[in-house]
Amino acid sequence: MQRSEEHFAIKHLRQEVLPSTFCSGCGCGTVINCFLKAVEEEGFKDLKNFVFCSGIGCSSWIPSPYMRADSIHVTHGRSIPVALGLKLVRPELNVVVFGGDGDIAAIGLNHLLHAARRNLEVVVIMVNNMIYGMTGGQAAPTTPLGVETTTTPYGTFEYALDVSNLTVSAGASYVARWTTYHVVQLKEAIKKALRKKGFSFLEVVSQCPPIYGRRIGMESATQILNWFRSSSIALNRARNMKAEELTDKIVVGELVDIDKPTLIENMHKVQEKATN
Amino acid sequence: MHAPVLEPGTYFWQGNIACAEGAIAAGCRFYAGYPITPSSEIFEHLSSRLPKVGGICIQMEDEIASLAAVVGASWGGTKALTATSGPGFSLMQENIGLACMTETPCVIVDVQRVGPSTGQATKCAQGDVMQARWGTHGDHEIIALGPNSVQEMFDLTVKAFNLSESYRNPVIVLADEVVAHMRERVVIPRSLEIIEREETYSPPFFSTSDSYVRAMPPLGRGLNVLVTGSTHDARGLRATADPEIHRKLAEGIFGKIHKDAHILSDVEQYRVGDCEVGVVSYGCTSRSVYTAIQMAEESGMSVGHVRLRTIWPFPAEAVQRLSEGAGRILVPEMNLKQVYFEVMRAVEGKAHVVGLNKVGGGAMIYPEEILRKLTKMTERD
Repeated sequence: MQRSEEHFAIKHLRQEVLPSTFCSGCGCGTVINCFLKAVEEEGFKDLKNFVFCSGIGCSSWIPSPYMRADSIHVTHGRSIPVALGLKLVRPELNVVVFGGDGDIAAIGLNHLLHAARRNLEVVVIMVNNMIYGMTGGQAAPTTPLGVETTTTPYGTFEYALDVSNLTVSAGASYVARWTTYHVVQLKEAIKKALRKKGFSFLEVVSQCPPIYGRRIGMESATQILNWFRSSSIALNRARNMKAEELTDKIVVGELVDIDKPTLIENMHKVQEKATN
Repeated sequence: MHAPVLEPGTYFWQGNIACAEGAIAAGCRFYAGYPITPSSEIFEHLSSRLPKVGGICIQMEDEIASLAAVVGASWGGTKALTATSGPGFSLMQENIGLACMTETPCVIVDVQRVGPSTGQATKCAQGDVMQARWGTHGDHEIIALGPNSVQEMFDLTVKAFNLSESYRNPVIVLADEVVAHMRERVVIPRSLEIIEREETYSPPFFSTSDSYVRAMPPLGRGLNVLVTGSTHDARGLRATADPEIHRKLAEGIFGKIHKDAHILSDVEQYRVGDCEVGVVSYGCTSRSVYTAIQMAEESGMSVGHVRLRTIWPFPAEAVQRLSEGAGRILVPEMNLKQVYFEVMRAVEGKAHVVGLNKVGGGAMIYPEEILRKLTKMTERD
């Protein structure tokens, strides 16, 4: 019998919990693929030196339980400060946070901004599906204006938050936004984030066909991915466009890529001062 | 400024400083906090002391993040502390639940002040007793210790760390503004019993009603540890729809402490079984009780006293013993009755329980007030 070739990602996943609970067409699988590809291309044979931290929401389940690695799955929105505590006492570990737009940009936004301000050496991957998926389709701070959700039956009346831009302002070292359509770019961005000394934030605009797609008239993942493809605008092009031209666009690319002393480096300097 | 390693001997400290030094002596090397009166001196002192002993001290964006960082640091293998007061303690409740559910050793100091809400920031109260027990949602068990002196701010902080390691549970040092801000002599003994983190390399990593797991798996060693605040099995695997797994887990994290309530019971007892009236007190209020008892004895009364060092789990047996001798028990508290109801429950109707409650402005319960009440209670015969 011919042995079928095993998918490259399988060895990094906990097979006892597969198949996953992600809905059909969910973008989380693409995020997992891109992440694990990036990990392999960066030369990691396994995830032994990684600890994943996540909060509450669909994408928080990416590492817990699916990654064959250590993971801490915590309270809603609090993954980043938990990651901070862990990283400060175990700086040799690669600490990666996965979370959704609700987890990271609503209830946990404060922590995101302060982690960026501190230039904490963790990677935060925010899977932005523009909705609260796990709880059944309530509006998120990333839901575009006017979308009908279970908590905004007549349409949202608030503007969506540009989380990546905000994270740049807060002081992150590396910020990039891609969609689940841009798998190669996303993988490359994850590789850069993993190499980056400093706070890295990746926003992955992702599809949620059953909970969000349905509400905007796109019930299949393909439809949404086509929408991502056609409405994505590269950052350098977007810079020359007017705000009103960008209303329905997804601006993709690297928003910032800088090097500056990290939280741990700055803490070490203080430590030296204290002990001398 | 103190030497990196504290010499045994006698010191004259503020309660909050004794608490901070107790944490260092217990092996705490991580503090994350948010400034709040009347606990800030703990943070300030540790910000100067921890870097000297190779520790980390960081100011977080709020108390939610403070306890979250403490949980992260503890899972990283470091003994960790945060300190706060009522408003911050309220914010910490969600992650106290997380620490209970994930069996994360950590210590939370709550220097009680007048509440609810912002209340009176600089004034003493004892209004967080029930919040310490039930502030976070769901079934859980908690350990809370109530110091009544600067010495005990040191001793009970050390003990809190030891208990948090022994039971893999958050432990609360339920201090109050008076104990935290008064200055007294503290003796640092030559040797301290310190319980260190115990590690395990194979599952079970978490307790169930069938097994209590004290040792923790180290992270970053390829053990594939799953830590989750959701219902999980002994391996750590989430099981959000299995009633049996949840029952085992809930009974496990509750039972590991509950079954040891008699061991955890730490009380100071005076004339238990040889008194006409008893007093149950804790924290700064007990200092007035000492004086009141002296005054009462001078006028011929015999007063028994159970002073709670352990507040949770409630030392019911000690209170019962007091009630067996004394038909009447006075519970003075700087709140509108909290421990009072626990005493009622413990005595099972066998003694008449009287409250002496005072709130607001930080005014302590004075010895004379206690004496007056005791006199009235004994006059009824």
